[in-house]
Order: sequence, then structure tokens, then C-alpha cells
Amino acid sequence: MTPRDLLRRVAFAAFVALVLAFFALPLLWLASAPFDASPSITASVPDFTFRNFRALLDNPYAVASLRNSVLLAAGTALLVVALAAPAAYALSRVRVPGRDALLYLLLLLSSIITGTAAMVPIFLLAFELHLIDSRLGVILVLTGGLLPTAIFILKDFTDATPVSCEEAARVFGASPLQTLRHVVVPVVRPGLATVGVWTVAQVWGDFLMPFLLLRDPAKAPASVIMFTFYTEGGQPDLPLIATFSLLYSLPVVAMYLLVSRRYGFRFHGGTKR
Amino acid sequence: MADLALTGITKDYPGGVRALAALDLAVADGEFFALLGPSGCGKTTLLRTVAGLETASAGTVRIGGADVTRLPPGRRDVGMVFQDYALFPHMTVADNIAYPLRVRRAGREERHRAAEDVAGSLGLETLLARRPGELSGGQQQRVALARAMAARPKVFLLDEPLSNLDARLRLEARTFLKRLQNELAVTTVFVTHDQAEALAMADRMAVMEAGRIRQVGTPAEVFRRPANLFVASFIGSTPMNLLPGRVEGEQITVAGAVLPLPVSARGLVAAGEEVVFGVRPEYLEYSGKAADGAFAGRVAVVENLGGSSLVTLDAAGQAVHALVGEGREPEPGARGWAVPRPDRALLYRDGELVVDR
Repeated sequence: MTPRDLLRRVAFAAFVALVLAFFALPLLWLASAPFDASPSITASVPDFTFRNFRALLDNPYAVASLRNSVLLAAGTALLVVALAAPAAYALSRVRVPGRDALLYLLLLLSSIITGTAAMVPIFLLAFELHLIDSRLGVILVLTGGLLPTAIFILKDFTDATPVSCEEAARVFGASPLQTLRHVVVPVVRPGLATVGVWTVAQVWGDFLMPFLLLRDPAKAPASVIMFTFYTEGGQPDLPLIATFSLLYSLPVVAMYLLVSRRYGFRFHGGTKR
Repeated sequence: MADLALTGITKDYPGGVRALAALDLAVADGEFFALLGPSGCGKTTLLRTVAGLETASAGTVRIGGADVTRLPPGRRDVGMVFQDYALFPHMTVADNIAYPLRVRRAGREERHRAAEDVAGSLGLETLLARRPGELSGGQQQRVALARAMAARPKVFLLDEPLSNLDARLRLEARTFLKRLQNELAVTTVFVTHDQAEALAMADRMAVMEAGRIRQVGTPAEVFRRPANLFVASFIGSTPMNLLPGRVEGEQITVAGAVLPLPVSARGLVAAGEEVVFGVRPEYLEYSGKAADGAFAGRVAVVENLGGSSLVTLDAAGQAVHALVGEGREPEPGARGWAVPRPDRALLYRDGELVVDR
């Protein structure tokens, strides 16, 4: 190895270390700050304490907001999977003229629905439908925004599963419902799990729609409640924010671990083609 | 146990594509029947129509005398093996095999026993707990067969059963399938594009082209007496010599040679008629010495086929292929003569075989 090569490797390693540190610091903060007696916005070895958690439990909205987040995320995920699966299946199996154009158009529009641009019309629509300050309203709006992408992802999964499997089931006498239950659903299950997890993560992190549509702080999800954590002096309440951030991120991590263990994002290894 | 009868089967796809044109076909009880043809000739469509996965635009399908044309696939009592095997990837081999029984709501006990039974007869007993993704191609094929057998159908339908196996395994599977069909004695229809496969396995076969059946017969009949030029050029590992010629009395002039008329065509053609003379390379006797009634020319190419060689003679501008036994290969450039066997040579007029019916 020439000195030149050595220099290059050292430089590369230093660069990688720098990038890593950049991304690791916030996580480090997330791990240390909740246990720090006087957290700041820098990551440091904590002056260890559980007092922050006590303070968080005393906050009237903190724990309830996590429950609200779970309700919104689970409701939206259920609705998205239940609606996207049949739509994706139909789009994958039936030839519709202009099918791909339709899908791309929906995909394009969906980013507008839950985006800032449609804020006012969405609010007015919800108002007319008496869905202001209703969790159902938030779930419906979020579902509308996520459905096209979910259909797109699921259609890819169904496209990849051979039609011959369903035909085999039919030849052996399975009814359409049996074919669906015995063959189609199990084969696309990784896809359903993917879409479910993806929806939960999207809703969990969404701020704008619940902030816009929910008035009662008792119904607000965690993402919105975190926004209210200020001290009387108008300063961000760092101990509370840090502790809440940890509680806020743990369920998503737990979900990923659970789902990837239960369903496994693996392919069963199909038949030969 | 049942025979299979198709009458007037027509299949039109939207957009005016006619995949099958008024096909009639009868397969006897217990017969091993091959549907052979180039890709896109409609053979798979025909098989799927029998299975009920496609509905015929016109015509009737009868299995064991009963009209099943309007019945859904599950009620036709057919067992099908798909080209990609279509095993359920999320089920074990045992569950795959027992699936037809699960649909019929058989108990767990019964399903297990049936799966073990069938798996045992196909040498799969040690693989019952595995998933299809963990099996080799040959094993997957046998699982697909076992699943079709577990349903105890009246008719087996096999769609290109060997095309997904590598060459070595294919020969093994061929022998295996033929023996199995013989033992089960269930009416079986299989689709293939490989003429060697059809010749080797089938009791009888139908050669298809563009949605029509061009010839039905035993492999020997189809090989020795192709009914038309399409079948003649499609069947045989070494293609048949098909040379334009002119009838002159009891003789025929082909590629610069004067040959006696083939036995099968004697008395059926008039002098001066333009015909096509057909003879397989297998039925040409090659010789290094001048002979009467022989194609004469220079040896252009010698291709080694293993136990024999394919010699291409350049006879008056036409290429004539002849099969030559081991150790008798001529040198390229040498002069050679090839005598057709008169009882194996054939004449075609307007694309159809000239024969006394």
C-alpha cells in the first residue's frame, strides 16, 4: 500500500465517521436527555434521574395523546388496507384501458390532498360534513391521502404473484372466496403488512391534519400535543419534550420489530418461472 | 375413468383474434394424448378450455359422456399441472398435495393420510414438511403432479410438464411420467412444443397450427406419414428433406436426380404434375459409390450427432440431408450418393400428402 492509498483510506474513514456522527447525535440526545436532570439541546452524559417521566405523567394530555395517536393510526391503517387490497387486486387482474395513467394521476393528486395546499378546502369540507373535532374525520382524510400510494404498492405485490396459483385453486374446486382466503391473502400478506406499517408510520408522524381538524386537546394525537409543551415563560419545556419524544418514538420501533418478526418481510421463494 | 370428446370448439378473443377454429377431437379412456404445436398455435388455450379456465365461444366439451361446457373448473373433475407448477408458496408440501381435499372439507386426518399416500407413490415422503421454495425443479413438478393425483380426477391435464426442467432431468421425468400414466391409466392430455417429447410419451397426438388441428395419429403414423407439409417440417429432430419435383410417368425428377415414384403415391399422380418430394434423412441410404435412383452431389457439411452424422449433400443446388452411421462419415468435398427408401418417401401436392385413402 502506497502512502497515497493510505491517505485516501484515512480520509474516507474520517468522512464516514463525520456523516455517522451527524446522524447519530440526535439519537444520542433522544437516549440521554430524558434521563437528564437538566437537559439541554446538546447530547451529554446525563445526571441520571427518572423525574422527567413523573412530570410527563402529571401532564393532563401527554398519555391520552399517545392513545389518540394509536386510535388514529390503527383506524387509518385498517381502512387503508381494507380498501387498498381489493382495489389493487382488481387493478392487477382486470384489464382496464388507461389503468396506469389512472394510477399515476391518483398518485399525483394524493400528495395534494394531505398537503398544505388543500388545507382550506379540506377544512371547509369537514365543516360541512360536521366532521370537525371528530377522529373519524381525521381518519377519513388521512385514508384518502394515503390510499393511492397504498394501492400502488399493493398492486406491485399482486402483480408479482402468479395468476396460475389462483387458477390451480379454481381447478381443484375452490370458490372465489376460498381462493381469496386460502391463496391470495396469504401470498400477498407481506404486502399487506408493509402497507399497514407504512400507514401507521405516516399517520403517527402527521401533524397538519389532526392539528387542523381536531379542536379538543383531549382528542389530539401525540404529534400535536408535543407542540404545546412550553414552560410558563414561553420557553420550550425541554425535559418534557425529550421524555415525550422517547415515548413517542418507541411504539413505532416496537411495531417494526414485531411485524418483521411475525410476518417477515421476506418472500416465500416462489415457484419456478 | 373417462374419455374426452371435443366438438366444434371455437375460441374468439375480443379484437377478432381466433385462437381455436371449430376443433373436433376425441381422446379415448386411459389414453396418453399429446397436443403438439409451435408457440401461439392455441394448444394451451385448448387445454385451458377443457379445464374450464377459458370458456369456448362455441362447441361442446364432454368428459365421460357428460357435457361440461358450462361447468366451472372445480366441477369438471379434472386435475391440472401448470407450466410453472403453481404450487402455493405459503403451504407445506403436504398441505399443497392435500389442498383438493381441503376444498372438499375433508378432515385433517383424512387429508394427512391422502397426502402421505400420494407422496409415497411419487417418492416425496421425506419432503412433506418443506415449502415449495425449498425444493428442486424436479421435486416441485412431482408435488404438482401429486396435488393433481390427490383429487382423483377423471382426466389429467398437463401444461408443458417438462419445459421447466433442465435437459438431463427432462429425460428422467419423461420416463417417469410415461410409467406413472401407464400405472394410473387415467386419461391424460399434455401440451408440448417439443416434438421429441410428444413422440416419446404419447399414445396418440394432435399436431396443431394456428388454431387448427393438422393431423391426429400415433407417433409412428405422424412421424412416417406426415399428412401435410407443416407436420412434415415440424416433426423430427433432423428436418425432413422437402424438395420440389416433377412427375414423369413412373418416375420423378428432383434436384437433378431421377427417382422412382414413392410406393404410397403410385397411380395417384399424373405425368407433368408439380409436387414436393419428401424423405427423412433417416430413410436415405448414403453411399460413396455411384448408384441408380439416387441424389448425387458433393458433401457440403458433416455434422456429428453422436451415434450418427448428418451429411448435407449439394445436389444440383438443393441441400439434401442424409443420416450416416458411425464410422462411415464422408469427407467434406467428396462426391456422394443418397438413395431414398421408396416405401418411406412421400409426395405432397398443394401442401397435402398424396395417399390412397
